[in-house]
Amino acid sequence: MILHIALRELRSLFLSPLAWIILGVIQGIMAWKFLGFIDYFFTLQPELIKIKNAPGVTDLVIAPLFDFSKILLLILCPLITMRLLSEEKQNGSLKLLLSSPVSMTEIILGKYLGALAFFIIVILLIGLMPLSLFSSTDLDMGKIAAGMLGQFLTIAAFVSLGLYMSSLSNQPVNAAAGTFGLLILFFIINIAGNATTQGENFFNYLSITHHSIQMLRGIVNTADIAYFVLFSIGFILLSIRQLDSQRLQS
Amino acid sequence: MSALIQANNLHRYYGETLAVNNVSIELHQGEILALLGPNGAGKSTCLQMLCGVLAPSEGEIIINGVDLLDNPNIAKKNIGYLPDKPPLYPELTVAEYLTYAAQLRRVNASQIKDLLKQAIQQCGLEGYNHRLIANLSKGYQQRVGIAQAIIHQPEVIILDEPTVGLDPIQILEIRKLILQLGEQHGIILSTHILPEVQAVCNRVQMIHHGKSVINKKLSELKQSNQVNLRLQNTTDIEQLKLLPGVTSVSEVSAKRYILSGENLDSSLADISKYCVEKNWGLLEISPVENTLEQVFLNLTSGDNTIAAQVTQDAA
Repeated sequence: MILHIALRELRSLFLSPLAWIILGVIQGIMAWKFLGFIDYFFTLQPELIKIKNAPGVTDLVIAPLFDFSKILLLILCPLITMRLLSEEKQNGSLKLLLSSPVSMTEIILGKYLGALAFFIIVILLIGLMPLSLFSSTDLDMGKIAAGMLGQFLTIAAFVSLGLYMSSLSNQPVNAAAGTFGLLILFFIINIAGNATTQGENFFNYLSITHHSIQMLRGIVNTADIAYFVLFSIGFILLSIRQLDSQRLQS
Repeated sequence: MSALIQANNLHRYYGETLAVNNVSIELHQGEILALLGPNGAGKSTCLQMLCGVLAPSEGEIIINGVDLLDNPNIAKKNIGYLPDKPPLYPELTVAEYLTYAAQLRRVNASQIKDLLKQAIQQCGLEGYNHRLIANLSKGYQQRVGIAQAIIHQPEVIILDEPTVGLDPIQILEIRKLILQLGEQHGIILSTHILPEVQAVCNRVQMIHHGKSVINKKLSELKQSNQVNLRLQNTTDIEQLKLLPGVTSVSEVSAKRYILSGENLDSSLADISKYCVEKNWGLLEISPVENTLEQVFLNLTSGDNTIAAQVTQDAA
């Protein structure tokens, strides 16, 4: 049942021009950025030869590329997630789901996985770009794998937050604005942490940036994974609760 | 036989407002129940509670022997619901959408093809399988809405204003479809088009200010216990009171009377015989049928002057 809902969601996404536009925009910008990073690498290369244990292509091209893609995903994620529930509420099709023998959990998980599947396609396409370097140089596959894992966990967290915001609002635009605001907050919250030593740990812990940056360096830390998993599960549970409470008292 | 829907003492609050106040609804197989009421009476809220879209604040709902609140996933399999606005995905084609609707109702994958064909045929959507829902006219979108409500052959079909926005021919076709479906299923439909109720329904439940004010078979509702009488010769009113079964008589105009009494409909033959014997020159005798408009206005407006006016206009 979850699968049917997820597939319908994914199908509808690709039937609208929005998904294709987002894929196109991401590919275009990432390609430009990729070229930029490679160019930068070439200018540094003479210097790098002199250094022992110098950072390689993976550190100087792929890691920054993945890091940059997070900003793009942050901007584009709300555009996809905003419609998940609020559009169905607005045009009344949610009643089909609610009157069907489907639980709230199945509805939410179906929607979540549908949107997540789209973003997995996005990050795989982004991941393919640096893999094209494979033919001409040695790549640190471990680091790339860790980076991809980081990408996946980050977008899983983004989508869960977007889904929750969408469950709160009847207007997709409101959901998008809310998602955008909160995602940015979670992105920059550690900047406040840097100011004081005491609050540092706490604010760093809340920050998405803090947890994803380690994986780009090839360090897969259980604490970081736990953060993303808890973040996603938390917002999924909140969405289920929200949908149920609307049925009880609207 | 147990009822398809047995909803007892439903209450529903929207914040402080009590939208549905102690309404009980019962539906049996082969019955077409009309839920009537003015705008904002609580009809849609009732229907939404019956199909699980809204949870009642109080009360219980049993669908085909299964408690909707305790076992929603089993109970909802027996429900097909068309909301006031058809719940469509405009980006899908008719066939894709109906397949999705069947999947949501947990229909076996092997049956979907046959059921899809059947629903499409029943709703007159042949040739529209691969059209995008967004490109269909409002009437056809409404048909797709009805098709999704019946695709899984539910025991109970709940239709919220099914003929809104359709052209007269389509209305007739949809009514025919409802009658046809009503033979095997139980149907509840809400509407405020009174002729529609007369055309398709066999029982009427009226809701006003969230309360159920009447719940009767259509034939009972029409009974008024009044008879129209027109005579050629003038007669004394006192004489007419002697007619069998008559308790009171009023003179509408010269030589035209309205007789009232319990179960007068059944003593029409006796009355006519009596009139002929007395040589009053019987010209016309007919039972007065309550029109739904009259009942509706009587019960909902609480303002008898309007109802009286309607009666006069009708006469």
